Amino acid sequence: MSKIKIQKKSPHIDMTPMVDLFALLLTFFMLTSTFRPQEPAVIDTPSSISEKQAPDKEILNISIDKEGKVYFNLDNGPDTTTKFREKVLEKMAEQYKLKFTPKQYETFSKLSAFGMPVQLLNQWIDKKDPTGRDKFQKQLKEAKKDGIPTDSADNQLAWWILLTRQVDQNIQVGIKADMETDYKVVKKILDILQDKKVNKFNLTTNLEKVEVKIEN
Amino acid sequence: MAEIIENNSGKSSGKRKPKKYSTDIDMTPMVDLMCLLITFFMLTTAFSKPKVMEIVLPDKTIDTNIKPMPVDKNRAVTIIMAENDIIYYYEGLAKADSLPSLIKTDYSKDGIRKFLLKRNKPLLEQIIAFKEKITKGELVLPRDSVNSELKKLRNKDKVGPIILIKAADNIKYKNFVDIIDEMAITNIARYAIVDLNHLELKMLETAPK
Repeated sequence: MSKIKIQKKSPHIDMTPMVDLFALLLTFFMLTSTFRPQEPAVIDTPSSISEKQAPDKEILNISIDKEGKVYFNLDNGPDTTTKFREKVLEKMAEQYKLKFTPKQYETFSKLSAFGMPVQLLNQWIDKKDPTGRDKFQKQLKEAKKDGIPTDSADNQLAWWILLTRQVDQNIQVGIKADMETDYKVVKKILDILQDKKVNKFNLTTNLEKVEVKIEN
Repeated sequence: MAEIIENNSGKSSGKRKPKKYSTDIDMTPMVDLMCLLITFFMLTTAFSKPKVMEIVLPDKTIDTNIKPMPVDKNRAVTIIMAENDIIYYYEGLAKADSLPSLIKTDYSKDGIRKFLLKRNKPLLEQIIAFKEKITKGELVLPRDSVNSELKKLRNKDKVGPIILIKAADNIKYKNFVDIIDEMAITNIARYAIVDLNHLELKMLETAPK
């Protein structure tokens, strides 16, 4: 009886096609990706039939969470040299007699949404990394100091809006509120905006399809 | 992989053989890295841009020289959004001596939409006929002029309802978006967001729960 010979196969697999595919996918994702902006709060938006896309440049975003806390965000303008965020913060500092260092201005221009009184903003900017900032925002929430003040005694949101519009006349206003937010809070924000002569709003929504039939 | 087979045997004999290298390269680390990068990009990409709904509200600064346009009694419809996703509506205008009764409905497709479609039928039929012309190819228009044509149709509308949207206490933002959306779905030409007046507050007290 002869021994059954087990064929010796090389354990190596040719990975070239796999690498090809991966390279392709990687290039695709790298070229098409726009990074998801960081959100200070979880906001579940309602749905509508509107198919209009949100503008990606020159937009001032006001987010309102479930509890009615207001967060503010704006972008740096059409290109990196316009530096709208820095300019708005400069004006805001002047208005509230605060001082920011040049480094703080620079960091601020790279950040996104925030929800706190302007007096606490420098502490938020000075945090080392995004997790530190998140933590700071959460601490404020626990201390019930979060959200941009909108009451008539110290209406900081109105100032943010006014000064942003002084820096950039073409800016569009986007409002992103949670489904469960009280309408009164949204109405108040709309009133503040209307007082500042903003009459056109973009409400962020999810897309939903509906069919309509007329009955005879 | 990446074995390098070196042939050192021919050292003493003057003949030098060229070194033979294997053509295989170990690609495993490369694949590992790529896998990692792809996962990273896939998770951080925001694929679909958020959609927005545009609303335009009238200017708040009231010019006293311009009298507000009177609302035609036959065309006026008031929609009141109330707590717990309830909608009340009534047709015509409320007067202190004869309060119209509120009709209760909701945000579903058999709710307020049915009523609005019925009221807005003349305009809707025009719009549908216009859209049909485009889909059949009888009318060729660029996208922009389609929208402006639709706008013209809406502006010409003289019989459709004029909707007054009012909000009671304790309603959610979702209700507000839903009702504006309902206006878009049913192609209502004229609607406005107004505050409740004292008559309607009284009517709400006796409204069916």
